[in-house]
Amino acid sequence: MKNCYIARSRSVAARQLGEEMVIMSAQDSTLFNLNPVATLIWLGADGHTPLETIVQQRICSTFEVDLEEALQDAQQFVSELAAHGVLLLGEAPISDANAEMAKLP
Amino acid sequence: MMAWAISQDNSLAPGSLAFDEVTVEIGGVAIQLWTRDSGFRKVIEERYEGFVNPEALPECRFEIQLTSNRHSGDTDEDVSVFKCGSKWCLKRGDFQAEWDLESRTGWIRQCANPYSIDSVLRITHSLLLAMQGGFQLHASSAIRNGHAFLFAGVSGVGKTTMASLAPSDAVVLTDEISYVRRIDSGYRAYGTPFAGELGRPGANLSAPLQQACLLRQGERNRLRKVSQAEAIRSLMRHVLFFARDNELVEQVLDAVVNFASRVEVVEMEFTPDRRAWELIQ
Repeated sequence: MKNCYIARSRSVAARQLGEEMVIMSAQDSTLFNLNPVATLIWLGADGHTPLETIVQQRICSTFEVDLEEALQDAQQFVSELAAHGVLLLGEAPISDANAEMAKLP
Repeated sequence: MMAWAISQDNSLAPGSLAFDEVTVEIGGVAIQLWTRDSGFRKVIEERYEGFVNPEALPECRFEIQLTSNRHSGDTDEDVSVFKCGSKWCLKRGDFQAEWDLESRTGWIRQCANPYSIDSVLRITHSLLLAMQGGFQLHASSAIRNGHAFLFAGVSGVGKTTMASLAPSDAVVLTDEISYVRRIDSGYRAYGTPFAGELGRPGANLSAPLQQACLLRQGERNRLRKVSQAEAIRSLMRHVLFFARDNELVEQVLDAVVNFASRVEVVEMEFTPDRRAWELIQ
C-alpha cells in the first residue's frame, strides 16, 4: 500500500464531537466512533493527499510517534473502514465524483 | 365515510367504491388509513384505540389493499425502505407499501395482520419525524411532575420493567417505542400505541422532555451524567431507523446531536424495583 489515497464515502453522515467523530453508514445504519487520532486521518481523507502525507502532517506532528509505525496502524485502520464502505481507497487520487468532499461541520 | 377509488396505478381518484377511513394520530402526526374491509377497519380502530382522531388533518393517506392469508409473508424478514423519485418504498415479507411525498398518498398491500400495519406506521412516522428533526427511540417513557423521561436500552435491560414499576403519579407513554418531536427550542415526548411486553398502549399525552436515561441494571440506584459524545453514540444505537438514504441519515444524526445538546442524558444504574423511581423527579 505504497501509494494510498483515501476519500470519505458519499454514503455516510459524519459529525465531529470535540476531538471525536461519529459516523453513520447510510447503507446499513452501522455506527462508527473514531478516536482523536482516527479523526485526524478522517479529516485528511480528501482523496488527493496520500495517506503517508496525512499521517506525517496530522499524526506525527501532533503525537510523538514514529512515521513507519503510525503509517502501519493507519493502513490497518483505513482498510477496516474501507471494508465497511465508509472510506474509499485508491492507488491514485480519488475524484470528487466518487467521494464526499462536502464540508464537515 | 368518503367514497374514493384507487386506480390500478395506485393514484387516488374520486370514484364510486366505498372505503372506510380511520385517522390514527400519534405525536400530533395523523395518518389516514383507507380500507374496503369493514372488519379490518374495526381491527385498526381497536388496536389504536385512544389514538384515533377523525378530526385530525392527515399528513398522508394510505389505501390498505388486503391480500389473502396464503400470500402473507415472513414478519421476521429484514425491512427494506428506500426512496425512488418522489416515492418512499417500504417492503418486508408480510407487506409492501408506497408513499408519494408530493401527493402525500400511498398504498399498503398486506394480509389482515395488525403487526404489518404497525410496522408501516412506525416506518412512516420515522420518515416524517426525521424531516421535522424528531425521531422514535427504542425506549419506554413516562410523564411525572409535568415532565417527560425516556428510558432507553437494549432488549432485556428493563424498559418494560421501568414502565411497569411506574408510581401512581406517573403516566406511562409507552413501554416500547418513544416518540420524540422537536418543538420550538426544546423536545416533547408523546405517547404511542406501540406496546412491548407490557401489552397495553401508552397514554395519548405529551410533555416537555426533561431527561433521557440510558438504562443499566446494577446493585444500586444512581444517575451518572454522560458526555455529549457518549450520549449521541448511545442514543443512535436505539433510534428506529429503516431507510438506506443519505439525506435521511444526515437528518437523523443531526436530530440526535441537537437533542443531546438540549436534553440531559444520563446513565441510570437501577435495581429492578420501585426504588428506582426515586431518581425520577
